[in-house]
Amino acid sequence: MDRKVTTPLTDEVVATLHAGDRLLITGIVYTGRDAAHKRLVDLIDKGEPLPIDIKGQIIYFVGPTPPKPGEAIGSAGPTTSGRMDAYSPKLTALGLKGMIGKGSRNDAVKEALKRDKAVYLGATGGAGALLSQRIVSAKVVAYDDLGPEAIRELEVKDFPVVVINDMYGGDLYIEGRKKYERKGDS
Amino acid sequence: MRELDVARVADAVAKLAIDACNYLGDDIVAFFEKAIDREQSDTGRDVLAQLLENANLAKDTHRPLCQDTGLAVVFLEVGQDVHLVGGSLEDAVNAGVSKGYTEGYLRKSAVADPIGARKNTGDNTPAMLHTRIVPGDKVRIIVATKGGGAENMSALGMLKPSQGRQGAVDFIVDTVSKAGPNPCPPIIVGVGLGGTFEKAAYMAKHALLREVGSTNPEPRLAELEDELEKRCNDLGIGPAGLGGTVSVIDVFIEELPAHIASMPVAVNIQCHSARHKEVVL
Repeated sequence: MDRKVTTPLTDEVVATLHAGDRLLITGIVYTGRDAAHKRLVDLIDKGEPLPIDIKGQIIYFVGPTPPKPGEAIGSAGPTTSGRMDAYSPKLTALGLKGMIGKGSRNDAVKEALKRDKAVYLGATGGAGALLSQRIVSAKVVAYDDLGPEAIRELEVKDFPVVVINDMYGGDLYIEGRKKYERKGDS
Repeated sequence: MRELDVARVADAVAKLAIDACNYLGDDIVAFFEKAIDREQSDTGRDVLAQLLENANLAKDTHRPLCQDTGLAVVFLEVGQDVHLVGGSLEDAVNAGVSKGYTEGYLRKSAVADPIGARKNTGDNTPAMLHTRIVPGDKVRIIVATKGGGAENMSALGMLKPSQGRQGAVDFIVDTVSKAGPNPCPPIIVGVGLGGTFEKAAYMAKHALLREVGSTNPEPRLAELEDELEKRCNDLGIGPAGLGGTVSVIDVFIEELPAHIASMPVAVNIQCHSARHKEVVL
């Protein structure tokens, strides 16, 4: 059964999430991918304020297609999260509670999730048309010059994700694969 | 000699790019439908159902299947009895890419100065163009829109001949294993065996154009494809990498003789959103 979760996320909610749980997220999430992450972390390194308050928030790693007239957003599925590994721990340290993407995270990110009580959530890669239907509205809130990589504030309703990495070290990619791995000639 | 205006090539490329991004091939849809019955993981079956729903929605609402509408890889097979008129063929292909990605509301993902400024070129040009001269008086155009996630997990190995068949198999399976959930499984594995460095990579990419479920006409390679498919599915990666029995859609191999000193093996990974369309002018 899919569990409904609303943003922003609190430590109490994050503590109840475990690798493999299926969630439907409702509320505000922010988009950001490679270029936006680089800018955010450059600001953090310089001790300057961020253009958005990320405390308790979720960042969705996505660069949508342009919306057609009358649409909130174009196709909007997750991009590969590993490219954000170098940046994510600095954001969870500032209170970011969740990330949505696809693909494996490195050990530094998994440690940061434990340290900062945060979660990494997977959306289905390549289901961009379907996922866009769960996005009610979208507006650029920073870095407009980055085009598809700008930071957008999305209002989502029942956005489907699965918990990949929880704050206890659980990892669905590793556990799920182990369950179905067949060695030798079976 | 037959004349063909390159403006027709431009229009065709634009339409093929849009159609490829919005309408998944019947062979992939048929694969999803069958794979749902075969997949043992509940979560895996849910993912496959989402992918089917996504394909239907994209088709019905004429929107991209995936936000990563890729770089435009264009294969031209130009008949040697065609006289192309009206301008440069390569310019026409790029004009087609620009038109398709702009008018089709596709994402522009090409950045110039890739190890520096990474500035978006604005219209998804240039096309990644491969042109062959072939007999006849027709022009065959194939547009494959190739996303970055799967492309990033691809690999090329200049293996030693002493590593032999087993070395090649291990390299291919290892590449798929390391890719894990990243390239949006279930994936198509394109393999180029032999040739030179660049020919191996080209063959691996070109192999991805084959119809899913088709059998390699060379029995030795057909057997190798079956073995690789089983080995890759046994990895347990599953749909979206969440664990499961369906990790691979198909394995396609192309082959050329190699240098006596070389054994190139290229692996080009294609996500499940395997988008390519073609037309003959």
